[in-house]
Amino acid sequence: MTIEPPTTAPLPGSVEAPVLEARGVTKRFAGVTALRSVDFAVRPGESLALMGENGAGKSTLIKVLTGVYQPDEGELLLGGSIAKFARPLDAQRAGISTIYQEVNLIPLMSVAQNIFLGREPRNRFGLIDFTKMVADARGLLDVYGIDVDVRKPLRSLALGVQQMVALARSVSINARIVIMDEPTSSLEAREVETLFSVVSLLREQGIAIVYVSHRMDEIYRVAERIVILRDGAVVRVGQLSDIPRVELVSLMLGRSVEKVRRSGSTAFSATNASTAPPVLVAEDLSRRHQIDGVDMQIRPGEVVGLGGLLGSGRSETLKAIAGVMQLDRGRVTVDGKPVRSGSVPAAIRAGIVMLPEDRKAEGIVPNLSVRDNIVLAALPRLSHAGFSSRRNQDAVVEVFMKRLHIKASSPDQIVSELSGGNQQKVMIARWLAMRPKVLLLDEPTRGIDVGAKAEVQALIDELAREGLAIVLVSSEVEEVVEGSGRVIVLRDGSIETELQGADVDEEHLLAALAGVNE
Amino acid sequence: MTVAIEQSVKPAVDNRARRELIASVLQSYGAAVALVVLLVVGAFSFPTFLTFSNLSNILTQSSFPLIVAVGMTFVILTGGIDLSVGSMFALGGVLAAYGSSWGIVGAVVLPLVVCGMIGLFQGLLVAYGKMAPFIVTLAGLLAVRGLVLAVTNGGSTTPLIKNPAFTAVGQDGIFGIHWTVIVALVGVILGTLALSRTRAGQSIFAVGGSESASIFMGLPVARVKLSVYIVSGLCAGVAGALNAGYSSSGVPIVGVGLELSAISAVVIGGTLLVGGRGSLVGTLAGVLLLSVIQNMINQVGSLNSSVQAVVSGVFLAIVVVIQTVLSRSQRL
Repeated sequence: MTIEPPTTAPLPGSVEAPVLEARGVTKRFAGVTALRSVDFAVRPGESLALMGENGAGKSTLIKVLTGVYQPDEGELLLGGSIAKFARPLDAQRAGISTIYQEVNLIPLMSVAQNIFLGREPRNRFGLIDFTKMVADARGLLDVYGIDVDVRKPLRSLALGVQQMVALARSVSINARIVIMDEPTSSLEAREVETLFSVVSLLREQGIAIVYVSHRMDEIYRVAERIVILRDGAVVRVGQLSDIPRVELVSLMLGRSVEKVRRSGSTAFSATNASTAPPVLVAEDLSRRHQIDGVDMQIRPGEVVGLGGLLGSGRSETLKAIAGVMQLDRGRVTVDGKPVRSGSVPAAIRAGIVMLPEDRKAEGIVPNLSVRDNIVLAALPRLSHAGFSSRRNQDAVVEVFMKRLHIKASSPDQIVSELSGGNQQKVMIARWLAMRPKVLLLDEPTRGIDVGAKAEVQALIDELAREGLAIVLVSSEVEEVVEGSGRVIVLRDGSIETELQGADVDEEHLLAALAGVNE
Repeated sequence: MTVAIEQSVKPAVDNRARRELIASVLQSYGAAVALVVLLVVGAFSFPTFLTFSNLSNILTQSSFPLIVAVGMTFVILTGGIDLSVGSMFALGGVLAAYGSSWGIVGAVVLPLVVCGMIGLFQGLLVAYGKMAPFIVTLAGLLAVRGLVLAVTNGGSTTPLIKNPAFTAVGQDGIFGIHWTVIVALVGVILGTLALSRTRAGQSIFAVGGSESASIFMGLPVARVKLSVYIVSGLCAGVAGALNAGYSSSGVPIVGVGLELSAISAVVIGGTLLVGGRGSLVGTLAGVLLLSVIQNMINQVGSLNSSVQAVVSGVFLAIVVVIQTVLSRSQRL
């Protein structure tokens, strides 16, 4: 195996034979049709967006393209001839690489080792030539303008750089098609720019890009053509320049354009702060290097946004209130009663519950059923003398499944089979079953599709109207602004300013985040 | 419009990098540092400690577990575990004794082939059968011990080594260093070379570092796993055979609990039990450390071997605690 320079192809945009094509691909799982006769093609040097709500069949399609699944009907064509991938390695060898949002490399090994794993340069004794390996790795990354010490372990690098390393690795092997599955979801803004410039470099080299993302801004920037999937079928293929955003959303959701316009893609309404005394009072929350003297008061029925850049202490503040994080200083009271700090059970007993940012790692128990996931935290409340009655559980589960419109075949369905939005609703149901007074939400709509996002946002709104006090953290300015009646802005671990009333808009928030104050 | 408001804050990164570096060095060379400290303490405490005969004795006693621990390091680096090595050690000794009727070749080849085959079988179950290494090799521990007893009339027969040349390998040496020590050290050197300078070695670290990523990168994950269990079986067999040469007979009841001391030595030597990181030099230091502790307790004289087990156990616990702390500070 040698590293060949990628072959240069005609300029992007020229009409050319597709490098990868799917014809009539159908895939069924236990009676459910996940893909219905899907056709699509991508040409060398082209960037093709793949969009659809969760459950539209995007992931299944990607898995078929990368050899994880085999199609039940239809076929894949690679460079015009039929290709069958029995396993992911076959697809890789054929030149299809996938960049996932989680980096699939070895964190403990060095950058150079990661790039050359399995094809390390060797000297004449058959031993690995580390000098050459390091030099080659450096040369490879230089092409993409990535300047790192390639001898450092991968995990010491920022996530975005790690992703570049993964990209460099796959391209240096022989990639002709790079599939990017939500590549930017954990990147910083600056890193996203680097990724985009690498994408255009790849396209100049004639590599086809299949770009999957929920972020519409990105899709319009990166891609020229789009394939929109809904319910396992292709509903539209076309030039992105011909499809306005509203139409794109309506195609994905299967709703009329007018309706989308009216409801908007985010559906919070500004909530009215009641005049009731605050239910949650946090004073002087401090922890070395993380947060310093954060105060806040939240009234019932209020949605308070917590704005701030990554590292500003917004998630840490939530964790401090929820008892997940130990505090050096400060106290939290609910209805005037102090809550023991640093104890999750104490916080829950006091009525504070938190929806964590990373629902896969910190929230959902993927192999348990919807029912078990919902009643998990409420079990102590639903049990008598250590036994929990199934009838009590079922009652609770039924109420919340209905109320939150959780789409599952039954309460017994395994939660990992649900879409991201429905998983998030299961999480919210779990905490609502605890009858909380204060709900802390960390990125409640991250990684879920537009439709589910609107539903989750509407739900948050409704819960606030019923008198729940809600603190909302989101990295999307728009979501914070539309969702909150009041926004507390953090910077470097302490409160920068608080936006109220008419000041709660994107302009003021951005100014506050940037630290520009009148 | 969606504006992602993510930007990193940079201070304290350098500080953390330095802390992580220190933690990483400590984790890799901690056992060696502790070994040196103990040697110094021993030299000042016991007049007979720092003598050539005593040190040579420590080396000889360490050589057998060291060979076993070398194989164990390969397995643990992939994130696996091999509990069968104690039984394989006994089997290797008994087979070497039986095999010695066909000369030195029989004494070497018979244990190697049989232990290698058992390692292969276990490896197949783990790598291709996707069964938990703990269970597969626990079954191996029981079954192989049973096999040893079966071929020795329930452990009542102790077959003698019939080949003087093979006994010489076990008992003689050069410049006062036993051949067994040389074999063990050659094993460490070759193993280190294989781990750090060959593709196969890099794959072992990769599989232990992240199995799913290794699969995505197209590495032969199953073959890597299979091979480490074969290596471990071979190492245990060789160590058992050499031990039989050393004691002139294949004792069926040796090696009970050897798997645990081998695992302890590997972990003390800085290899992560979850795999992906570690070294044979660390394992060497770990084995020597345990032997030196044993030797020092013997030097005191008034303490018996139970005390030694307690000390080793406490020591292991301390090491594991330190390793956990160090791993956390490196965010492993």
